[in-house]
Amino acid sequence: MRKPVVELKRVSKIYTLGSNKIHALDDVSLSIQKGEFIAVMGPSGSGKSTLLNLVGCLDLPTRGAVLIDGIDTSGLNDERLTTIRRDKIGFIFQQFNLIPTLTAIENVEMPMIFGRVPAHLLRKKALRLFEMVGLVAMYANHRQNELSGGQQQRVAVARALANDPTLILADEPTGNLDTKTGTSIMNLMSELNERGATIVMVTHDPRLSTYADKTVEMIDGRIG
Amino acid sequence: MYLKLARRNLERHTFRTILAIIGIVIGVIAISSLGILGNSLRLTAHEFIGDIGNELLVLPAREAGETEITEKQYEEMQRIMGIEHAIPVSSEGDAIDLRKESTYAGIYGMHGDDMEHMFEIGKGHFLRGDSDNCVVGSRLADTYDLRIGSKVAIKDTDFKVVGILAEQGFGFGVNADQAVIISHKMFSKLYDTDGYDQVTVQVRDIEDVEAVKAAIENRFNRREEVVTVMAMNVILEGANEFFNYISKFLMGIGAISLVVAGVSILNVMLMSTMERTKEIGIMKAIGASKREIMFLFLIETVILGVFGSLIGGVLSFAGGFIINSVILKDISYLFAPSSLLYIILGMGFGIFTGLLGGLYPAWKASRLKPLDALRYE
Repeated sequence: MRKPVVELKRVSKIYTLGSNKIHALDDVSLSIQKGEFIAVMGPSGSGKSTLLNLVGCLDLPTRGAVLIDGIDTSGLNDERLTTIRRDKIGFIFQQFNLIPTLTAIENVEMPMIFGRVPAHLLRKKALRLFEMVGLVAMYANHRQNELSGGQQQRVAVARALANDPTLILADEPTGNLDTKTGTSIMNLMSELNERGATIVMVTHDPRLSTYADKTVEMIDGRIG
Repeated sequence: MYLKLARRNLERHTFRTILAIIGIVIGVIAISSLGILGNSLRLTAHEFIGDIGNELLVLPAREAGETEITEKQYEEMQRIMGIEHAIPVSSEGDAIDLRKESTYAGIYGMHGDDMEHMFEIGKGHFLRGDSDNCVVGSRLADTYDLRIGSKVAIKDTDFKVVGILAEQGFGFGVNADQAVIISHKMFSKLYDTDGYDQVTVQVRDIEDVEAVKAAIENRFNRREEVVTVMAMNVILEGANEFFNYISKFLMGIGAISLVVAGVSILNVMLMSTMERTKEIGIMKAIGASKREIMFLFLIETVILGVFGSLIGGVLSFAGGFIINSVILKDISYLFAPSSLLYIILGMGFGIFTGLLGGLYPAWKASRLKPLDALRYE
């Protein structure tokens, strides 16, 4: 069997709130293969965001191990985790989260600059990604406040693809969009998946699970 | 792109940015123009005493009982290497009778040929040979309305004034402004002495002052203390040190305003860090390292520092101009290289302050946890 892109081995995440211990994740094991499109569903507080944060190397598990592309994240320092996020993971957020002072195309270039892509290749590659996510080049020099929600999310998708990640993480990617725009973003995501991208998407919208190969239901920190 | 991003972030709050820059500008102006003032004071003092920096004053060692420098010692002294002129001077203080009144003045006995090495003539001419005339100092001449041809009597001997000296100012060993100068021959006749009270030695090269001083001491003081040698440059160094203190004190005052500017930059950048917490979180999530975040924020403060310093540097030139023209009434010192150095120094401090003020906020920004920062609204 091929090495999975993501592997969770008996992962627990416990937050301490005062004297209360909250088991956000409780002994979760999961493995995701290359090219899969996984939807993680569940009500709020079910632990799906915690799962995404652990897979996205934004947080470390209390117990168990998270392996990204075979690399165990536990015990890695901030710098190493940053490198993994930069090179292996592309983030798509609910609020798009573009940098407001940068133009659309500069937002796409930014991860490449962090990733030491040579300067003369930046613009070329960013424009290619722009095209891939269905944006017209004329929006390249627009800023966040000059773009519609759908356009912003497309820029965010292009940014997520900038360093050719092994894994794309999407957190409610259509949560801030109207149904029609949401659908077009979902179509873009499944198109990317068809081209070979591995996607993990967190949502509480059951309609979105139809785009995924596999749905993981979460409840009270466990996979149901 | 870092530079572009930094510039745009600063443009986001133009007013705040301008205020921060103004803080630096004021600090740089304060430091450099006060530094220039101190420096100009020092240069003024230098000019005042500078042209006697190569002089040594040889006196008989009075503590050892010596009362005069003999003609023989003087001749020996002249043979020492590096001496341009050795000028023997006898001095007394005595009552002098003028046309109507009497006063008290310094009486100096000098060789006529030596006078030009020590003084400048205002009117008339110096003494010639063993002349029985006299030359008077400028202040004495002014006060008692002495002219060429006036009579001055010392110990009932009349001297005709043949020259009036130009104002000498601060003198080393000889204070001629308030004095009457007569020839050595007349001096020894009046006061019944053959030796000299002092020898002013002018050293050819100012670098050799110490060496000549040592040579004189070696020759005469080998067995016992015969002469005391005083170097003018010791006094010069003292004055230098004094004005350096003044410069530093004035710059210290200027530095306080720069500290204030530094605090305001700290404040501006901390606010900026807070406001951009979420942005920092996004950047960290998509792969910005601590170093890159820190760099991004430091560029912003360096821009503030450099801009403020440039403007401040230009304005402190104007500030130095105003201060110098008001306080010293002389602006030529403003263009002295050492004055310009203070502008560069002030600018350097300005940039440094900007950097220092931005260091903590940048460090703080770089340490944000991406997850916490992302949740920040």
